[in-house]
This record gives sequence, C-alpha cells and structure tokens, in this order.
Amino acid sequence: MQACMECDTHRGRSMIHLEFVDRAMSTQTSPVVCMHCEDPACARVCPADAIKQTEDGIVHSSLKPRCIGCSNCVLACPFGVPHYVAQIDQMMKCDMCFDRTSIGKKPMCATVCPSQALYYGRAEDIERMRVETPISQFQFGYQTVKTKVRLMSSPSADQLDFDILSFMPESEDQVPDITELAIWGN
Amino acid sequence: MPALPAEAARTESGKGTGAIVMATPTLDEGTLTDRYGPRLNYEPHGGWTEQSDCTLVKTHCCFCGVQCGIQLKVHDNKVVGFEPWEEFPVNRGMLCPKGVKRYLQNEHPDRLLKPLIRTHDGFREATWDEALDRTVEAIRRIQAQYGRDAFAMLGGASMTNEKAYLIGKFARVALRTANIDYNGRLCMVSAGAANKMAFGVDRAANPWSDIPMAKAIIIAGANIGECFPILTDYIWRARDNGAKIVVIDPRMTPIARTADLFLPVRPGRDSALANGILHVMIKRGWVDHAFIEDNTLGFEAVERLVEHYTPQRTEAITGVPAASIIRAAEIWGPAETSMLLHARGVEHHSKGVENCLSYINLVLATGRIGKPGSGYGTITGQGNGQGGREHGQRCNQLPGARDIENPEHRQFIADFWHVAESELPRTGLTSCEIFDAIEAGKIRGLLTISFNPLVSIPDADRTRAALEKLEYLGCIDFFLSETGRHADVVLAGSLQEEDEGTVTTGEGRCVKLQRSVTPPGDARVDWHILSDLATRLGYKDYFPYAISDDIFRELAAATKGGSADYSGMTYAKIEKNMGIFWPCPSFNHPGTPRLFEEGRFHHADGKARFHGYEYRPPGEDVDAEYPLFFTTGRVVSQYLSGTQTRRIGPLVDQYPEPLCEMHPILAARLGILDGEIVRVKTRRGSIEVPAQIVRTIRPDTVFVPYHWPGRKSANLLTNRVLDPISKIPEYKVCACRIERLT
Repeated sequence: MQACMECDTHRGRSMIHLEFVDRAMSTQTSPVVCMHCEDPACARVCPADAIKQTEDGIVHSSLKPRCIGCSNCVLACPFGVPHYVAQIDQMMKCDMCFDRTSIGKKPMCATVCPSQALYYGRAEDIERMRVETPISQFQFGYQTVKTKVRLMSSPSADQLDFDILSFMPESEDQVPDITELAIWGN
Repeated sequence: MPALPAEAARTESGKGTGAIVMATPTLDEGTLTDRYGPRLNYEPHGGWTEQSDCTLVKTHCCFCGVQCGIQLKVHDNKVVGFEPWEEFPVNRGMLCPKGVKRYLQNEHPDRLLKPLIRTHDGFREATWDEALDRTVEAIRRIQAQYGRDAFAMLGGASMTNEKAYLIGKFARVALRTANIDYNGRLCMVSAGAANKMAFGVDRAANPWSDIPMAKAIIIAGANIGECFPILTDYIWRARDNGAKIVVIDPRMTPIARTADLFLPVRPGRDSALANGILHVMIKRGWVDHAFIEDNTLGFEAVERLVEHYTPQRTEAITGVPAASIIRAAEIWGPAETSMLLHARGVEHHSKGVENCLSYINLVLATGRIGKPGSGYGTITGQGNGQGGREHGQRCNQLPGARDIENPEHRQFIADFWHVAESELPRTGLTSCEIFDAIEAGKIRGLLTISFNPLVSIPDADRTRAALEKLEYLGCIDFFLSETGRHADVVLAGSLQEEDEGTVTTGEGRCVKLQRSVTPPGDARVDWHILSDLATRLGYKDYFPYAISDDIFRELAAATKGGSADYSGMTYAKIEKNMGIFWPCPSFNHPGTPRLFEEGRFHHADGKARFHGYEYRPPGEDVDAEYPLFFTTGRVVSQYLSGTQTRRIGPLVDQYPEPLCEMHPILAARLGILDGEIVRVKTRRGSIEVPAQIVRTIRPDTVFVPYHWPGRKSANLLTNRVLDPISKIPEYKVCACRIERLT
C-alpha cells in the first residue's frame, strides 16, 4: 500500500487497501487490489460511463471529467474495491499500475511485496511454484464473476486456530494467578 | 551536561575557562519539537510532479540487515523517490514499507544543516570551526583532568564498514580511550559471542538462498514478517517446496501464523525449550554420532545435561505443551535438510549467549550444517549489524574481528596503524556499562554518532540523568535525536545516501552503497567530521583520506589474516558481483557464501563446540507484586529508536503510537477494554498507552514496541541487567503490572 502511493500516476494516494482481517483474532492482513472482472459490475452500474475497460482487460479508475461521485460502483463491486474520495469528488481504484504494466513493468505493489502474497505473472507459473491453486471464478449468490486477477485458494483448510490458547497446555492456568507464580521459575 | 545552580547554569562555556558549564535544557518538549522535530514529511521534494530528467542510483536500503537493493530517484542533487531494483538477487525488487518510504528522510524540514551549540535557551547555529574547536577543548580538558578513559565514544551499526573502521581507529589512535563501543551492543552481541564460542567465527553460516532448500526450519524469537520482511518470501518458498516450519515466540507474529508448528514460549525460558527439544532428539536417535565424533567437542556433557529436560518438565518451565516439544523434535530431528534461524527474541536476555548456544546444539547434533539447504543463521537487525561489529568499534575488538587482548592481534594492528602496542588501549566498557560509569562519575565526556541511547538503552530515566551529568556531550547526527537534545555540541552529519561505502548484510555479503547526493547546507559527511577532529587533536597523519575508497582499502588490508577477512575485496569487485561474502582473502578469491563446508569449523582444531546450560530464570522474574511478563520489540513501519522513521508521515500513520498488546482473558480479568489507556508499570517506571486486545499473545505477557521516546518509551520499563558474556541488556523479559487509570 505504501508502494502504491509511489506509482507515478498515483501521487501519494494508494489505490489499494490493506486490511487486518480481524486483528483481535490474528495478525493476518489482506491486501485488496482490483480483481479486474471480465464483466465489471462497477462499470455496468456507472450512470456516467466513467469507468472504462481496455482491450487487455484492465478496468480503469474513473475518468475525472465523467465521474459524478455517485458511489454506485462502491456499492456494486462484490470485492469492495472502489473508494470514493470526497476531497476530489471522484472514485479511485487500482488500475493495475497501467503506466507500468503498459510498458512491460510489474505493478508497484507486486514488485515490492516482501512475502510475494501479491504476485504478478502467469497463472501457470504460480500454479507450478505454489501449493495453492489460483482461482478466477467467484460465486456471489446467483451471480458468477470471472476475473483477470486470481486469488490463491488453500489446498486444505480443515481447521484454523487463531487463539494462542490453542497452542498452550490445557492444564496451564491461563491467567497469572499470583499464588501459582512461585513455581514458574522451577 | 551538569545540572547546576541557576546562575551557574546560565554561563555559557568559553575558551580556557577550565570548566564547561552548560545550561540544563530550558526549552519544553513542545518548543524543541517545533524547532527540531520530529515533524512528518509526506511528499517528495517539489511535490508529486513528475520529474522527467531523473537519474536512478543503484544502492541499498538504509534500514535492516537484509540490505535490500533499491534504486533512488535523483533530480537536481535531491532524492525524490525510488524504483525497485529487480536485478539485485537478494530481494529482486521487493521492499518493505520502510524501504519504500525511506526517501522521505531526504529534503526533510528537520534536517540539521549546520552545527548547533547549546545556549541558555536551547541551541544556536555555529560554524564548523567553533563546534569542532569546542569539542576538541572538551576532549583535552576532560582527559587531562580525569584520564584518557574518562572520555568515551559510542558508534552505531547502521553505518558503513568504512565509518565503523574509522570510529574504532579514531577512538584508539586520536582519543586514545578504551571506552569505545556501539549500539550493536544492544542488538547482535549475544549471537556474535555464541557463534565465536561454538564455531570459532562470528557470521551467519549460510547464505539466505539456502533457506528455500531446507525441509525443516526452526525460527526462534525472530519476528521475520515485521523486522526482516523480505525473508518471509524465502521462508514461504521453502514451505512451497515442502518444508515444515516451526516458530518459537511468546506472540503469534505474522510468520508464526502460517507455521506448521507454533511453540508459545514463556518469556525468558528459551534455553530450557532448546534443551527439551534436544532431549527428545537424543531419545529418538535423531543425532548424527559420526559427525559429532569427527567434527565437534563437548557433546557428552550436553547429553548428560539435557537428560532431565523431559517433555513434561520442559512444559512446566516453558509453558509449551509436551506434545508440541515432541512434535518439534519430530520435525527437526529426522529432516533431510534444515535451517535454524534466530534473532533478538532469544538474544536480548541476561542469558542471551546461553540461549543461542542451546539452539546451536540442535544444529550441531544433527550434523546438518555447511551444506546446501542446511545450516544456521542469526538475523542481524541493523543495516550493518554484521560489518559494524567487525572493524573495530567494539570495545573488545580490533579490525578484522580481532581480539583486543590477543598479543599477536594487538601487535598486528599497532604496527598497521604505526602506534606502539603499549599505547593501544585494552578492553573498554560496553554501551550500557558506559552509562553506568557516567553515573559513577568515571566517564565525564561522550561523543556519539548515529546512536540514540536515550530511546534505546533500558531504564531510560537513568539514561537521561546520566546524559545530564556529562560535562560534555557531542552528537554527530543528521536529525536532532532525543539524545541530541541533551548535547552541548551537535555536529550535522550525513545520511546513508550522502556517502559512498560498503555494508555487510546479515548473510555476510559485503555490498556497495553509492552516493546519490551530497549533504545539504553545511552538513558534512560523517567521516570528514571525524578526520577533522583527529587533525585538531594532532593526529592528521593517521587520517589521510580523500575518498571513501581510501578508507576501504585500508580496512581491507587491516583485516588480512583476521577472522573477518576482506583483503581480497575491492569496490569494483563488490559492485560487479552484487556483493562478496567474507572471508575473501585474495583478489582472485570469489568469497565464501557458505561457511563450514566439509564440516571444518574455524577453531584452531577445526571442530565446533557444544555448550550446555542449565536453565536459569531471567534477571527479573514475575512475582506477586509484578505478576506479568513485559516484553518489547518492533513494528514493521518503524526502525530502532525512530530517529528516521518517526519523521516519515506515511510510516507514522501506519502505526502512530505504542500500544500495549494483551490477551482478552487478561483484559477481562483486569476489566480493560480495547483502546483503553492503561498504565504499564515496572520497578523502573511506568508508561500510559492504549491497550490492544488480541488473541495473539500469551495471557501472562504484555508487549509494547520500543521505537518511541519520552513518557511513552518502553525502555522506561525495561531492565538494565546484562548478559555476563555479551553485555546485552534484557529487553525481552522483565516483570510488570497493568493498572487501570480510573
């Protein structure tokens, strides 16, 4: 997200979001980039036709002369990507670093991502490198959404433990009990 | 600077008065902050306009020991942004938020552009002549009155090898004091001492490129996701290749979240846990007896020692379930290849060296070291944590990681520097001991460079009092740090990108930093300042450097035959190869990415040493009065004492102030709500910070990150008890209690 601001066309404003999924439960964070839908709901619902999709499948940020700041796109996007920016009365969202990708560079976020949780490349490559599977089709109620950007799905997620208590001895008194403390050093 | 009666305190020091008398700071915190920061920089110089004629300078990040390659975007002698450097093999373009935003320390409103001299109401700008003369007078007067060792110097491990070398030489040749140490004393020394004891050399054994080839990885006390973010990719590539990951930490850090096995160790119990894992390995036959016999010494004693660290007993000490201890041994013991990595979590203890050696036993017992995908490494926290400790700015070492008490080593360096061996100072005091000696009146003057002890040394109220007691404090720095606010003279120095030089990364790779810009205003390159001081002290001939390369060639020659041998390196060779691993003893030598190949260790007999230690409690354990463990560490968006990163707006926004992490069970017991401001209290002091209620920390432990100064400084609470060997302070465990304010 810090790097997104640095892209030449973004000028200090991040077009992606980084969220703690639930900090009280876990340190897990999730970057939210535009999924670049084949049939983008944001563009479909735009009354001013301000959101354009180019031939390469990139769904662009709103066009300044056209955007009327109505936020239809914000409500329509199933992934929660577009953000309405009140100061400029315009919707802004990830355009896959069009200025970089159109000249053969990777998007800024995927270039710098320290864990490569964001990866820019071909689906076949990442499928070979990772144990997870890239997914590009999502079901939202009756709506099927196909995307250019893929999400890595876990191969097996039988159970996820978040609370540190799950990793501690069951017998242990979880909260410091002053009368018990003396035995801890032994 | 002494606290004196009011009228004396108003007398500004003058030449030849015989006593330097300075005012106690009369400016309140607010005024100091208005004048010198920290203020927040959000935009590159000139705003977000696109600069068409920028040059890109291939250099490295100024922060942690990974030293990611980065290209700084330079326009009109100003750093205005960055571009990823995808060809550099270690990070391949990847960066953490600190690296992405580091360019915002350039063209910063807080930047010191001229030397400062303390006055009765703050500071005034001064000429270099006046600032340097005043410093030299103070050095001469204090040393004449109280002896040479009464003037101390403190360096830093975020600076280049060239500066580290020069600081050590300056202190011993020009100041002629034994009391020269550095802030790596707060960082790497437990691991360094343990490495020397076990392997006979102080360096990570393997390049990081071995990590993805490992089939089992133990990560002990290393918050990799936040402190060395790029290494997350290495760990996760190992996982994709089928590795099992074991993480040992009192908190479920981001890397712990995705581990195969997480051991939530109770703070201060690390050596017991390592002993417990080794116990299971021996019982189950997962030790390589042939390797132990041929390549090591001391295993029998360790075997006897860990005999009584049964899983049940180890569980009772460490708070880790016996089943998890057994499972860790099952993952580690029979693995085909393996890497063990640790960092400050096991090192910042009054038994830090014992903890490290106990974990090294797990590596030696398997014989899996010195091979592709198999070995060991301690991850350096500071930019030049590795090189910063090799070239002589430690109180107990001379260049080339030589021992200051070894007669041959002393003679070599004395001859090299053209001084008499008898004149070369011996072992001096370590960083924390220097502050103890200031308290005791034995040290009266201090010169610091890129070190902010007021924020970084435990028991900050004592540190502050010690700074006040000094008759002279000089600080070389680019921003006015919290320590600098107490200085008599501030010498405006240089940022990393304003000087050329080398640093040695956490994997032992010496890389080249390029100068991107020149220092702004009248600020000067740090080593020019030291050379000038040496000249004024009468040692001009010993510091004949025109460019950084002059210093590098001298330091490389000084390391010849030493443990950390750089003598086959040149700037051109380092640049061409994108870094050279030491030892590199000759110009046609390619460097040594992996140590201990064929099981040859660096002790004279070629054998590694096992060292076994009975678990002993931390310097201060919990009790009825202070029933909770207090532990400290970092967050991803801040670096060390924050002198740089607390001035960068987007980084501050990411984590604006210290929070006290606690488990909901503990919070419920105390009646504390998320976000409520609580008082964290220890025997040293108390701070008031918001509670952050999370299920990722042991219920008997609270955590506060340490990057902040003043009344929110975690180091007001920590315990200045030192490891007997490494003299590292115990940041990672002391006893506290939590109080509600209402």
